Amino acid sequence: MTHDHDHTEPPSDLELRVKALESLLIEKGLVNPETLNAIIDTYEHKVGPRNGAHVVAKAWTDPEFKIALLNDATEAVASLGYCGRQGEHLKVVENTNDVHNLVVCTLCSCYPWTVLGLPPTWYKSAPYRSRAVREPRCVLEEFGTRLDSTVKLKVWDSTSEMRYLVLPQQPAGTENWSEERLQPLVSRNSMIGVELAHLSDDSNEPQS
Amino acid sequence: MKGGHDLGGVQGMGKINPEAENLEPVFHTNWERRVFGITLATGMLGKWNIDESRHARERQNPADYLNNSYYENWLVGIEKLLAEKDLLVENESPPKLRVPNVAEAKKILTSGTSSVLKTQQPPAYAVGDSVNIKTSNNKGHTRVPGYAQGATGIVIAHIGCHTFPDKNAHDEHVGEHLYTIGFTGSDLWGAHSENVEVLIDLWEPYLTKASNAIAQE
Repeated sequence: MTHDHDHTEPPSDLELRVKALESLLIEKGLVNPETLNAIIDTYEHKVGPRNGAHVVAKAWTDPEFKIALLNDATEAVASLGYCGRQGEHLKVVENTNDVHNLVVCTLCSCYPWTVLGLPPTWYKSAPYRSRAVREPRCVLEEFGTRLDSTVKLKVWDSTSEMRYLVLPQQPAGTENWSEERLQPLVSRNSMIGVELAHLSDDSNEPQS
Repeated sequence: MKGGHDLGGVQGMGKINPEAENLEPVFHTNWERRVFGITLATGMLGKWNIDESRHARERQNPADYLNNSYYENWLVGIEKLLAEKDLLVENESPPKLRVPNVAEAKKILTSGTSSVLKTQQPPAYAVGDSVNIKTSNNKGHTRVPGYAQGATGIVIAHIGCHTFPDKNAHDEHVGEHLYTIGFTGSDLWGAHSENVEVLIDLWEPYLTKASNAIAQE
C-alpha cells in the first residue's frame, strides 16, 4: 500500500532490518546521516523526468540544439545543467514517422537518472525486463500504444554504461508552441518509449 | 553468470500492470528510501565499484532474486558487500575511510564516474561487420545477456573503450572496445517473432567474427 500509516501500524521486518543497518553504519562512522538524507532528497525531489521534458521541448523548438543533442547527448544535456551519476554517457534516439524506439535494461535497471530520475517500479519488474526485447509490440499495447505495422521498432537493451533517452515526436498541431508550453506534453513514459507524447490524456490515438 | 537477473526473453512473467505515471511515488515505503540512500552513501566509501555492486545483487539463488522486490535485492547486495569487505565486524572499528559530507556527496553525484578506459589494442570490428555472440560459461559477473548468446548480429556502432565489467566486478580494471550490436527479432527468437531490431551494447571479448555460412542464413 502506498498510504503511509507508519505511526499506527507496527514496522515491517524489512523496516526493522534496514533501520538496524542504518544505525550500525552511523554508529561505526561509515555513513554521515546528513549525507544520507541529502542523497535521498536529491533523487526524491530534485532530479526527475522534468529535466528530460526540458531537454525534449528544447529539441522540438531549437533545431541547432536538436542536432547537438543527437550528435553528443551527454554534452548537449550538460549545457542545460543536467549531468552526473547514471548520465555519464548519454545517447538520445529519435522517433520518426518510420522508427519508434523503446528502452529497457534486461539485466538490472539501467536508466538515465540525470534526465529521468529514478525508474518507475514497472521498468524494474520481471515482466517488462523479460518481454520488452521479445514481444515489444505486445508490451506497447499494454501501455495503450499501438504502432502502425510499417513503423520499425528498435529496442535498446542498456547493458553497458551508455544510457538511452527517447526523443518522442512532437504532437501534431503544436508546431508554433513555445518550449515552456510544450514541456508538460513530454511524459516520462514517452521518453522511455512506451508511450507517445500527446496533446492530452484523451488524445492517445496512434499518430499517422 | 546466468542468474535470476538475466531476464531478457524469459516467458511466463505475466502482465506489466504499470502504475499511472502521475500517481507513482519515487519510493513506496520508507525502508526503500533508506536502502537507496544507504547504497549510494556506502558506495562513496570507494570500497567497491558499480559492477561489484551489481554482481552482489545477482549472486543469489534465482528463486530468491525473483521473489524479492527490487529494493530487497539492493538490500541483499549491500549487506553482502559490507560483510565481505569486513566493514561491520562486531566490536571492531572499521578501517579509517573517507566519509563524504553533504557538499562532497553532491559533488560526487553531479560529476558521476566515467566508464571510459583506454586500451592499446585497435578495435577488431568495424561498423557493418557480422559477429557471433559467444556462448558464455562465465560463473562470475557478465553483461552479455543470455538471450544474445549464440546469436548473430551486425555492428551498428563502435562506442569507444569502456571498463570491462566481467573483470571490473572482480577488481581487475581493463578497458575493452564496446560496440552496439543490432539483432533482428528472427535472429533472436525465430522466424515468427515480431518485426523488431534489438540493439545491445557488447564488449569485444563477447564477440567473434561470424562465418559467411551463418551470416547468409
